[in-house]
Amino acid sequence: MADRKIRVLVAKPGLDGHDRGAKVVARALRDAGMEVIYTGIRQTPEMIAEAALQEDVDVVGLSILSGAHMALCPRIIELLRGQGLDDVVVLVGGIIPDDDVAPLREMGVKGVFGPGTSTQDIIDFIRREKGEPAPA
Amino acid sequence: MATQDSVTGLVEPLLAGNRRALARAISQVEDEAADSHALLAALYPHTGRSHIVGVTGAPGTGKSTLVNALARAFRGEGKTVGIIAVDPTSPFSGGALLGDRVRMRDLAGDPGVFIRSMATRGSLGGLARATGDALSVLDAAGFDRILVETVGVGQAEIDIAAAAHTTVVVEAPGLGDEVQAIKAGVLEIADVFAVNKADRDGADHTMMALQMMQGLAPATQGHHRPASGHGHAEPGAQGDGSWLPPIVKTVAVRGEGVAQLAGWIERHREYLAATGQLSRREEARAANTLDHILRDRLLAELTQRLPDGYLRQVAGEIARREHDPYSVVDRILSAYGCP
Ligand SMILES: Nc1nc2c(ncn2[C@@H]2O[C@H](COP(=O)(O)OP(=O)(O)OP(=O)(O)O)[C@@H](O)[C@H]2O)c(=O)[nH]1
Ligand SMILES: [Mg+2]
Repeated sequence: MADRKIRVLVAKPGLDGHDRGAKVVARALRDAGMEVIYTGIRQTPEMIAEAALQEDVDVVGLSILSGAHMALCPRIIELLRGQGLDDVVVLVGGIIPDDDVAPLREMGVKGVFGPGTSTQDIIDFIRREKGEPAPA
Repeated sequence: MATQDSVTGLVEPLLAGNRRALARAISQVEDEAADSHALLAALYPHTGRSHIVGVTGAPGTGKSTLVNALARAFRGEGKTVGIIAVDPTSPFSGGALLGDRVRMRDLAGDPGVFIRSMATRGSLGGLARATGDALSVLDAAGFDRILVETVGVGQAEIDIAAAAHTTVVVEAPGLGDEVQAIKAGVLEIADVFAVNKADRDGADHTMMALQMMQGLAPATQGHHRPASGHGHAEPGAQGDGSWLPPIVKTVAVRGEGVAQLAGWIERHREYLAATGQLSRREEARAANTLDHILRDRLLAELTQRLPDGYLRQVAGEIARREHDPYSVVDRILSAYGCP
């Protein structure tokens, strides 16, 4: 019988090498029953879009601490959409100034998670986006 | 959700090389979507051309790094490469952390490579239940070589040997006492041994331990036992039609020894074709697949006929020693089994 799992790509674009936060999120999503593809640090937008396509993910979660989110996010979304991945939900977490949240949403980023976000918030957000009820 | 159209609509683009269709098709078979059997049926006539290489071994021995390096070696010869990397599903949450791609970043941007991560989803054998079907999908998509990285634990070896044409068993030094660390059973299934991390102390020790085990092992079907007392026989195809698995030292992180490893995989492939073993392995693969599908289907059909809660009820009776399990199964089959 159909056994659909939410598949999430967790990626760290850009040049900073701190992937602690990304790994914490990856583990939390696994513990929430999702299949998480973790690709490691220093991913180019092209690498992220390619992995999202091959892995047929529902969600792409980006961890960006370098401050380059306003450049990286639109590029990644453009590449995803260019491959026909229109339904893939893009999330970004990291150090994102409040002023950037609205423009990021405008670009197509569905969820923005700043410092201090709990992993549960991210889990709940993904479940809502994918129309899955939280387990009782 | 998937309709007949959406599933069979994947077939043409997939055969034409569309990577999105390929990715979607793998998901369909992985999720056992309603029409995945129709999809596989449509793809099946296009399969049978890929050479499938299993890469198995204990956790952390360097399987992913080696798969990355092997893929590059095959690409260097102009061959296209599909990769399936299997990682375990957590039995507690049902989720999985699939991290093998971290070691395969060199392959990014190469249109001749397609990498897919797969969670075991409850299967214990080191492969996912749908790995065989995913292999068929990649095969139909036309990849010359398919590399399958297994989970590094459990009965992985047996499953991968049944699914692959050539099985590479990866060992590495530093896993403790060498002879103990080398898992029982690998001699029966290894077509090629890689002693990876040969830059580390103890690689020679691991080599020797493997050679010693090879010398002691009884000859198995298609596998050669080197004549004792005459030093080591040359590995590879033997005069009597058997195959002595070569042992290749590699440093996967630096690509050392990888050309030799890839060369041995090719030689094994030629050996299988030349000796008729290839068609025998294909038949064994088919029998294995058939066995799995039949079991699943028969069990599903039977449980469908049982009243709700029936199995739990009789399990209780067995646990309380009111009946024994064999008599219960006899009873179930005579009441609900096929006439
Ligand atoms: N020194 C040395 N380290 C290596 C070599 N090959 C791989 N490694 C390292 O060994 C570690 C594990 O490598 P992986 O390729 O992830 O091993 P794996 O067998 O795929 O691991 P699992 O999938 O977790 O079972 C990594 O840190 C690699 O960089 C090698 O030839 N020499
Ligand atoms: Mg690995």
